[in-house]
Amino acid sequence: MKSSVMRFSNIILVGLRAIARNKMRSFLTALGIIIGVGCVIAVVAIGNGATKSIENSTNAMGTNYIMVFPGASTSGGARLFTGNSTLTIEDADAIKAECPAVAYVSPTVRSAAQIVAGELNWGTSIQGVDVDYPLIRSWNVADGTFFTDQDVKSASKVAVLGKTVADNLFPDGQAVGQIVRIKNVPFKVTGVLEKKGGNMQGQDQDDVVVAPYTTVMKRLSGKTRIDMLQVSAASAGQVQEAQNEMDAVLRQRHRIAPRGDADFQMRSQEEIAQMAGQQSAILRVLLICIAAISLFVGGIGIMNIMLVSVTERTREIGIRMAIGAKGRHVLLQFLFEAVTLAVVGGGVGVALGIGASLIIKRFLQWPIVVTPTSVALSFGVAAFVGIFFGFYPARKAARLDPIDALRYE
Amino acid sequence: MPDKVIEIHGLTKVYTMGEVEVRALAGLDLLVDEGEFLAVMGPSGSGKSTLMNILGCLDRPTDGTYKLDGIDVSTLDRDERAVIRNAKIGFVFQSFNLLARTSAVENVELPLIYGDLGWSREERHKAAMDALRRVGLKGREHNHPSQLSGGQQQRVAIARALVTDPAMLLADEPTGNLDSRTSEEIMGIFQSLNDSGKTVVLITHEPDIAQHAKRVVTVRDGVIQHDEKVEQQRVDVQGIAAPAAPIPVEATR
Repeated sequence: MKSSVMRFSNIILVGLRAIARNKMRSFLTALGIIIGVGCVIAVVAIGNGATKSIENSTNAMGTNYIMVFPGASTSGGARLFTGNSTLTIEDADAIKAECPAVAYVSPTVRSAAQIVAGELNWGTSIQGVDVDYPLIRSWNVADGTFFTDQDVKSASKVAVLGKTVADNLFPDGQAVGQIVRIKNVPFKVTGVLEKKGGNMQGQDQDDVVVAPYTTVMKRLSGKTRIDMLQVSAASAGQVQEAQNEMDAVLRQRHRIAPRGDADFQMRSQEEIAQMAGQQSAILRVLLICIAAISLFVGGIGIMNIMLVSVTERTREIGIRMAIGAKGRHVLLQFLFEAVTLAVVGGGVGVALGIGASLIIKRFLQWPIVVTPTSVALSFGVAAFVGIFFGFYPARKAARLDPIDALRYE
Repeated sequence: MPDKVIEIHGLTKVYTMGEVEVRALAGLDLLVDEGEFLAVMGPSGSGKSTLMNILGCLDRPTDGTYKLDGIDVSTLDRDERAVIRNAKIGFVFQSFNLLARTSAVENVELPLIYGDLGWSREERHKAAMDALRRVGLKGREHNHPSQLSGGQQQRVAIARALVTDPAMLLADEPTGNLDSRTSEEIMGIFQSLNDSGKTVVLITHEPDIAQHAKRVVTVRDGVIQHDEKVEQQRVDVQGIAAPAAPIPVEATR
């Protein structure tokens, strides 16, 4: 039939007019879909943002970054995690000497303390590290200099401040060369680190003071063993190789058989990123489930209103049938109405979701990534919801008997 | 010899309500020529409404044949009847049955939207405007039904019935909701349309209204009891533009 295309466009016109005639109700009907789609967009945007930020922080940390932690030690057949660390400075030296796939090693001791500078004081964590620390963490000094190898050997009372600490103790920005007191020990500030921002867990990485590990062990913590090793593999491709070499060296030094339980653990940056990624993936699945449920509820809302609308407009349907509308014209009209409500609702929802994402980005500083895929997908789902939930009311309308429909009050 | 618009032989309609069979029409015969103005009268329960539903192709007879404009419509299915209603019948109802919150001209365009004519939007709009002019509603085209009086609403309904140039206008108690003066006006419009050659079938229970037709048939117990030519009571309608004007070219197929 040559005119069937045009007649289809006429039916669309009829549906659009019906929606325009009931603006408030149309809006409320679409609201369920709007909220559902908005949720999907925002949730996916936040999820993608989280993934992206994990990638970014992985890269920033250096993909060849490895941490070695002390583990449970075995003594006399009993496995127990004693307060004493199983790692020593000699372990670090051995790794440095014997592992070709390892580029840099820094023994690390951690402590927490209140830092005083003149009238001001600030509670933060102290990291005792080696001179290669900036290279391992790819973290440069913004102002002043890092401490030297000589400082480490002689356990000098020098410290490098993280940006947050420097800002809080020296609001005028003149930190370098000043004296800070940590547990009543005076330290000279040699430099201030670049701003690094939050890590994957959202902790402020700049809230830290870095000092030679020798100084921290002797003057602050009194520990003789180290808390962890921070290691950099020679290249990103050699992370596994470096881990294997270190495993062999540490087993030999700690007298542990190749298949025995190790008294140390290793974490590469990649593994940490994977773990964080898994967590955010689980969270995302959960949130998408909630969004799917709200879309479903929105669809039921459309069906409900369409059923009411069919009943309320029984007479109109009768008139249309009397003057020549076929069953399928009426079906298409109501189906089109439902789909339009759903798709327009989807469109508004997409806009709302992007808007919400931008607000979150602005005020909560969360990374947000809106992908075209998620937009297209929510649109498609909205249209499907419209067809699925619109079909039953539309069929009900199409099957009305014109005589009864005309008589309906 | 003019063509027959309606040819009905042995029309029977039986409703089954539970165990009981009700014979609403019992072998009714009726012939209507083109250009006639027929009034169908009858008390309630006479089968008048059933006849109207079948004449309007809203319902199917149980038995018998019904030829409308030469087409046997007694065995058509739902969709086929919809096409016939659209092309051959112009309905005018007692309660006007206009779409609310829809302008007069859009109401009149409605049958053209469902039709098979393949007209463009502009053509449909022009035909609707012409039909409204013919029933004397020039200048009211964009009013909504709520902004029109009962008589004006019924004129919109007549324009809607006219716009497809159907084989007959089928008016079911068209003056039932109107005062007597407005009723006269509406009957005048039917007369002028009939004068220009349109077949009109009027269903009514008011003898006064039936007197405006040229022929009155009375239905009782499912058959036609009386069938007589009557002296038509003429109404002189003011304000109807060109009552005897030929149907505009755009509105014909």
